[in-house]
Amino acid sequence: MSVPAWPDELFEELVAGDVRQVAYVPDAGHKRLIERSLAAPGIEAVSLTTEEEGVAMLAGAFLGGQRGVLLLQSSGVGNCINMLSLPAECRIPMLMIVTMRGEWGEFNPWQITMGQGTQASLEAVGVLVNRVESAADVAPTVRASLALAYNTGRVVAVLLSQKVIGAKMFKKGDTK
Amino acid sequence: MSASRTLDRRASVAQLLRHRGESLLVSGLGGPTSDAYGVGDHPLTFYLWGAMGGAAMVGLGIALAQPTRRVIVLTGDGEMLMGMGSLATIGVKKPANLAIVVIDNGLYAETGLQEAHTARGVDLAAVARACGVTAEVVETQAQLDAVEPRLYSAPGPLLVNLKVPSVASILELPARDGPYLRSRFRTALLGPDCHL
Repeated sequence: MSVPAWPDELFEELVAGDVRQVAYVPDAGHKRLIERSLAAPGIEAVSLTTEEEGVAMLAGAFLGGQRGVLLLQSSGVGNCINMLSLPAECRIPMLMIVTMRGEWGEFNPWQITMGQGTQASLEAVGVLVNRVESAADVAPTVRASLALAYNTGRVVAVLLSQKVIGAKMFKKGDTK
Repeated sequence: MSASRTLDRRASVAQLLRHRGESLLVSGLGGPTSDAYGVGDHPLTFYLWGAMGGAAMVGLGIALAQPTRRVIVLTGDGEMLMGMGSLATIGVKKPANLAIVVIDNGLYAETGLQEAHTARGVDLAAVARACGVTAEVVETQAQLDAVEPRLYSAPGPLLVNLKVPSVASILELPARDGPYLRSRFRTALLGPDCHL
């Protein structure tokens, strides 16, 4: 299988956008992006125990004069909801890049509830949402979303569809 | 369990912050925000009025962005229990300039003085140490005197578990307009051009 280009293109947009803090809860769809962030000398990459830690951390990043991005899976969006009141109430910008589960060709029914509720949950707490359905749109959408967030003092979430990252399949005996 | 909770809460916070200088302060919702304001307002204080569980992580984000500045987080035991995972995140990231003061009254004071896990045997200093965070328990005036300079000079991450009486603190109410608090802090830290 060929290595997709969009994760590297996405990372280059973060560098070009002067993103200096990358907080993440690992997801297979973010694997390459996390590796690039950990290897980048000018970026602080921080592994979290739960996604809302990243919302609070990136609020601190902005207070301290840096830009930040939170990498998470759609299931983790639910963990962020109350913490998003901090950037919402203080008009603190940040970018969330959400790899989607629970849609398209999902295998695991336990992903459906939060996956289907992701966009509505984010919008309910004032997050602006840009959805990406094709690999070619990833980099331009991230660029536009960074601009939207930092020009207007808003939290912006980019939702990467399973059409882009591929539906995760499980087979008995897989080691992953 | 704490043998005694005799330190005066507001006076202890006042002592810990009296020589804060240009260090950056984040206060957690409820009592800690009330204490931080009660002992003296400062443009480099960012008061949280919500986002429970987040104070220590706000401190981490500031500490990473400003590695040459000391960052102090003033939070409560209830908030630290809610954000206990963040002690693991901070312990792994090891920001040398971050110190967390947990004002530990063993209670959820704002909501009616319900007992917290910290009054029932949960030891936040031990949790912090297990996560790789240096931790000190402060229960006496002598311990408070000893920890005061270390709050600003000891290599972080440092957690000070400040045991105080199990009573509600005296309410003080700082500004709660988020954009004002955000811009006040950023202007003081980064200068007026940060808004351009």
